[in-house]
Amino acid sequence: MSGADAPTALVGFAHALRHAGVACGPDRVRAFTAALDHLDVARAADVYWAGRVTLCAEPDDLPRYDAAFAAWFGGGDRLPASRPRARTRTASHLAALGGGEGRGGRAPALRVAASDVETLRRKDIAAMSPAEREHLRRLVAELRPVPPRRRAVRARPARRGAVDPDRVLRRMVATREAVPAYRRRTTRPRRVVLLVDVSGSMKPYADALLRFAHVVARAMPVEVCTLGTRLTRVTRQLRHRDPGLALAAAARAVPDADGGTRLGETLKAFLDRWGQRGAARGAVVVLCSDGWERGDTALLAEQAARLARLAHRVLWVNPHAGHDGYRPVQSGIAAALPHLDRLLAGHSLDTLHALLEEVRRA
Amino acid sequence: MTPVEPAAPPEPATPDDLAAALDRVGYLPDDGVATAAFLALRMRRPLFCEGEPGTGKTSLAAALATALGLPLLRLQCHEGIDATQALYDWDFPRQLLHLRALEAAGAVDAEAAEASLHTRRFLLARPLLQALERAPCVLLVDEVDRADDEFEALLLEVLSENAVTIPELGRIAADTPPLVVLTSNRTRDVHDALKRRCLYHWLEHPDLTREVAILRRALPDVTERLATRVATAVRALRDLDLLKPPGVAESLDWARALLALGRTDLDTATAAATLGAVLKYREDTRRALASGVLDRVAGSAVAG
Repeated sequence: MSGADAPTALVGFAHALRHAGVACGPDRVRAFTAALDHLDVARAADVYWAGRVTLCAEPDDLPRYDAAFAAWFGGGDRLPASRPRARTRTASHLAALGGGEGRGGRAPALRVAASDVETLRRKDIAAMSPAEREHLRRLVAELRPVPPRRRAVRARPARRGAVDPDRVLRRMVATREAVPAYRRRTTRPRRVVLLVDVSGSMKPYADALLRFAHVVARAMPVEVCTLGTRLTRVTRQLRHRDPGLALAAAARAVPDADGGTRLGETLKAFLDRWGQRGAARGAVVVLCSDGWERGDTALLAEQAARLARLAHRVLWVNPHAGHDGYRPVQSGIAAALPHLDRLLAGHSLDTLHALLEEVRRA
Repeated sequence: MTPVEPAAPPEPATPDDLAAALDRVGYLPDDGVATAAFLALRMRRPLFCEGEPGTGKTSLAAALATALGLPLLRLQCHEGIDATQALYDWDFPRQLLHLRALEAAGAVDAEAAEASLHTRRFLLARPLLQALERAPCVLLVDEVDRADDEFEALLLEVLSENAVTIPELGRIAADTPPLVVLTSNRTRDVHDALKRRCLYHWLEHPDLTREVAILRRALPDVTERLATRVATAVRALRDLDLLKPPGVAESLDWARALLALGRTDLDTATAAATLGAVLKYREDTRRALASGVLDRVAGSAVAG
């Protein structure tokens, strides 16, 4: 890289990086080139670090950055290879999940009679036709979740409550009279954590559940992760306003949709990387899974206990729990059951409504 | 409040210069930290540090202040932190006393009395305002992820303008922007708008040689042998998949504990007895003891 080609090469690199899923906008690229003004462009390590501190914004970006850097500039051997667990991007499995065919040639009926909506609300998502799924997507997008609330540290002036010394003094400065003033603690939305199983056995429900997660994420502070053979955090991806774009971004990020489930291991990964530091502390945690555990159930039980100690409430949503004659005997759910606050159904729009209500009251 | 400031050393010209300066004050940075801090200094951008607890995020700010000969101002964030705790507040009790004093002295001009209340002497400068007034300095905004997102908006304003507007007083701006270090433990995502204005650096645990060097630098009484044992054992513990993997702070605590016991080497029994300095969960202690890591590390100590 030399002379006049340098800026072009750098911008090209940033472009490749964006393609790899690192959200580096023009201002970050500008910061990158500005940073290189202060460093030695001929030194690979300088270019590497300048790019890493200006173009990346979170640890998930780092493996992508390393891979893109090695691919673009080559000869990564002199570089400080930061993380061994480079994650490769795979094609969008999720877009195809849960019957994406509805978007194709067959346009769904524009208006559906009220009675049809009523039927649709109760119908098992797994048994829906493509047109019904398309309709369901719109209904899910119209949900209006209300966040659960917790008491905050901050206080607001109130008519009754504890004496507010600041305001009493303020009034005394203003009027030179001691007039009592009161304050009361406010409430804030409580954090909600959604853990969505995207393994093969959950395939019919994954799309609807992620769309549900998207709607919830737009209404309250939420962390969303997918569980499969590994854990993937999709909170950032679901931050897109448009559900289609958000789901596509999430699909790009999830490398293991449609595979097996190792609930214990992925739950542990979540608690290690996010939960224990704060994401699960005092939160309402909703775990959406059918409870088919391919791994060690003792590990799952241990992690569920750990989750229960951290979280405010732990809800398990199981698509099969709404079916007649369902018994929680699947290896995973049986292991986790003693540590759950509620086991809920999650196979239809109605049950998702009930879930929202349960979360609001948590 | 005008501390006598030592003549600031010249600004480092390369990341290596800065690394050497940090090294002199007892902070041993790797290339990444040195480059990130150098760029923050040169580009006048805040440095946003994330990483496992105990990788030296907070101590980086302290070391930068010492190395650059600048005062360090620290703002510890917490839930519900607001402008009166971070930026400035009016000193109501003193204003009140002042008013009473004016009354007692028989002052009659109400307007003048009111105007005299909102002057700099009744303004309590909190860390952000102090940093602007005392710049050049190093401002550490610690654990910004603990604050609410409303607070980030406030921070954004101060960091991008390097100025504060106080309605009763006017604008207070810094001549030279302070060197700002923000740290986060990732208990939640900090807003992109804030991150965009910063350089981002993810700190890793140091490698073995660096950790040994850190131990020996911080605790001169520790022998090379003991430092190597401790660092090796801690690294082995980090690989154990614990609830809370030990950081550098825990290695230091462990080494200190062993020093206090007068040890010059690490044997299995002492290691097990002093494990409380490194591991803070019962499950972790149990796992460490069951894994046999201590036997391996300390066993090799006897052999070597």
